[in-house]
Amino acid sequence: MTKMVPQYVSTTNACKLCKPLGASLAFRGVEGAVPFLHGSQGCATYMRRYIISHFNEPIDIASSSLGEKNAVYGGGANLKLGLKNVTEKYHPALIGIATTCLTETIGDDVKRLLFEYRREFMRDGGPLLVQVSTPSYSGTHMEGFHAAVRGLVEQLTVAADANSTVNILPGFLSAADLRSLKEIVADCGLTATVLPDFSETLDGPALRDYPLIPKGGTRISDIRAMGGAKATVEFGHTLPDQLSGGKHLEKAYGVDLHRLGMPVGIRETDRFFEVLSDLSGNPPPEKYAMARGRLVDSLVDGHKYVFGKRAVVYGEEDLVIGLTSFLAEIGVQPVLCASGGTSGSFVKAIEKAVEGFAVEMPRIHEGMDFHEIGELAAELKPDFFLGHSKGYTLARNLSIPLIRVGFPIHDRVGGQRLLHIGYHGAQQLFDLIANAMIMAKQDSSEVGYSYM
Amino acid sequence: MEAALQERQDSIHRTGEAPFAMECNKDSLAGAVSQRACVFCGSRVVLYPIADALHLVHGPIGCAVYTWDIRGALSSGPELHRLSFSTDMQEADVIFGGEKKLYSALVELIDRHAPKAAFVYSTCIVGIIGDDMAAVCRRVSEEKGIPVLPVQSEGFKGNKREGYKAACNAMRQLVGMGDISGISKYSLNILGDFNLAGEIWLIRDYFTRMGVEVVANITGDGRVGDIQRAHGAALNVVQCSGSTMDLARMMKEDYGIPSLRVSYFGVEDMAESLYAVAAFFKDEEMMRRTRELVKEELSLLMPELMKYRQALAGKRAAIYVGGAFKAFSLVKAFRAIGMQAVMVGSQTGTPEDYAELAEITDPGTIIVDDSNPLELSAFLQEKEVDIFVGGVKERPIAYKLGVAFCDHNHERKEMLAGFAGMLNFAREVYSSVMSPVWRFVPRKSETVQEVPHD
Repeated sequence: MTKMVPQYVSTTNACKLCKPLGASLAFRGVEGAVPFLHGSQGCATYMRRYIISHFNEPIDIASSSLGEKNAVYGGGANLKLGLKNVTEKYHPALIGIATTCLTETIGDDVKRLLFEYRREFMRDGGPLLVQVSTPSYSGTHMEGFHAAVRGLVEQLTVAADANSTVNILPGFLSAADLRSLKEIVADCGLTATVLPDFSETLDGPALRDYPLIPKGGTRISDIRAMGGAKATVEFGHTLPDQLSGGKHLEKAYGVDLHRLGMPVGIRETDRFFEVLSDLSGNPPPEKYAMARGRLVDSLVDGHKYVFGKRAVVYGEEDLVIGLTSFLAEIGVQPVLCASGGTSGSFVKAIEKAVEGFAVEMPRIHEGMDFHEIGELAAELKPDFFLGHSKGYTLARNLSIPLIRVGFPIHDRVGGQRLLHIGYHGAQQLFDLIANAMIMAKQDSSEVGYSYM
Repeated sequence: MEAALQERQDSIHRTGEAPFAMECNKDSLAGAVSQRACVFCGSRVVLYPIADALHLVHGPIGCAVYTWDIRGALSSGPELHRLSFSTDMQEADVIFGGEKKLYSALVELIDRHAPKAAFVYSTCIVGIIGDDMAAVCRRVSEEKGIPVLPVQSEGFKGNKREGYKAACNAMRQLVGMGDISGISKYSLNILGDFNLAGEIWLIRDYFTRMGVEVVANITGDGRVGDIQRAHGAALNVVQCSGSTMDLARMMKEDYGIPSLRVSYFGVEDMAESLYAVAAFFKDEEMMRRTRELVKEELSLLMPELMKYRQALAGKRAAIYVGGAFKAFSLVKAFRAIGMQAVMVGSQTGTPEDYAELAEITDPGTIIVDDSNPLELSAFLQEKEVDIFVGGVKERPIAYKLGVAFCDHNHERKEMLAGFAGMLNFAREVYSSVMSPVWRFVPRKSETVQEVPHD
């Protein structure tokens, strides 16, 4: 029996980030877009630093840089000046404006301010302005991310002629995941609009000149046409309807919505391919049948290294659900599934993911911080942690490996190149986990076998 | 230049090309993608290394989570400063006020960690909803018997410098609370060193070898008890132009303690700083010991440094750092390894700082206040820079363009202060500038094509 987690008033080492960070990432995935935060200068700078340390790429996030007077008399003038300056220097096709807790609390009416701005400064054209409300006193960066995607869809799509495109709203994946996702869809013979797509804008090549706005991202014309698509595939078991871009497209334009989990592990990936097959009318390409076959073969080859190992999994709710589902498939016992998110649907989704697979039900907690995760982990005797860099100290204290996935990866290179999704992603995850377990056994062995 | 907005032109100067004038120390321009952070950031970085204090951020989660374990500031004992505490304000707290939650969070954390003091940081939203943080702090202080200090660091209240001041105001409350009996007349406080990668231990060792007692580290490897005794020191030595100068000024006002501005970066500034301290105490024997110390350190350092100098001579450097004082030292440090600074800028310099930079740099050097990625990347290209020195936010600008980089900001894990630090600095610069990877970047791709194949 494990003790109940005490409900602390204070938060120590949060397992979540704030809303505008998620919105900035999503806006960065649109072609020609500049993310813009309406608030203090510090918000934009802190988030840039945080994102840079993961992607090792420039990310310019503009700010309306509010000062004391603006906080008292309203931030409208600074917002307009900021938009003007960004337009002049960056020549963006779109500015994605996210609010912060400051501007939400002083009650700036951004919608009205943008209406005025368009009238005052955009008579001769200018960038598209998409705005989203992202006060950081409710929700996490994931709600900010989804809100920005929903905002883009709501504010840009128009009734379009029916076309054969498939909309894919993948949520927060790695750059490598996004590249893989596009490849999968293309291999299945489908044309897709993936929104957002920062696979190039946050993971680009070395350049001769500093990119004002890096190449890549979802084309705005494609976003506009999403209303005519033949279906939307949206990842995320915990995504609430009001933040779902897919729900909006379904309601406004009657686009069929397929809501799936993040395709992590075998079953979730199988479901994704089933949907793609239905949409394309063809079976999954041979390439993926082979990848699945090799994956299963490797699971057989390595199953003993991982069976019965106990894992603590933490991070964004939908990623944790996907990872937990995969762990259950390979015989790892998830002992704690934790997230800083509080969607309300996390527990049920995890229960479903492990049903019929895990020997015992893991502890499942929303709204957790790393202090609480640490307290529970100490009782649960895990063999490894699975999550982003911020769990490192806990894993170190318990002398067990941290297997790094998700965001942020601040203490290794290559976070943007981690592959989580599809059969290929599952293969990488399995190799990582199995090798970590082999290494732990090898390193603690007195003999030091070189043949495990 | 084209990359700069019209409103930014007066914040860019080229040494020798016009009479010196500089717009600086004002709010960042909206939409200019400043590299600066905010008032909260200024307070947080200064107080961060005080290792036995509780640092509670009162606000929504972002401000706390982005500053979790952010600095390379080491502690020789407790490590409470490496944790990120927040009241994680929710919508209801914003509507009904966050005082109750703040009180409960403070009590809970003080009971859990038994800190020697607590700093409570105000964030934007707290300034707007008007929580009476000071009252809550007073109440908890009385109940728990430790100093609980409000830090008025609402993000929008100005730039980072305002945050430094708020941090100094909070520390001012601590100074004077401790027993100062037994402190040597040859004693000082080290202000403005944050013990990145253990630097303050090195500096303390120099002072000890000179015969000077260090009373308080402010704030690297800092302890509440030491700061409470800081008024017993005969002198404040202040590094880092912006961050703790205010505290030195306050201590002069409150206790008549004089201060010296020093820098521990580069051979020249390090030696000069030690000599200045020895001169202050007017003690012949101490001066002799100091000369010996410098001689000894240099005899170890210089032969090693020369190896790097040979490889690096003639290379060009760009510098963009938080405080201008560090920029002075870096200009000189680059000279010591045969390199030239062709661009120097800071986030928070004053007109006097920039005038001094114009004084010590070569003609044509670009001097800039509160710059941004567009300007910085244009400067790097215009000046054909070989290495850029800055912090994490500057790194991708350099790397994307195929320019070498040296991290000289508060997140670094390399010791760059003192004589030993100068060697590390040269090694850092060398290991980036001399890497073969630059041969493959687009900026240098012509050079690759010229390499003959055999």
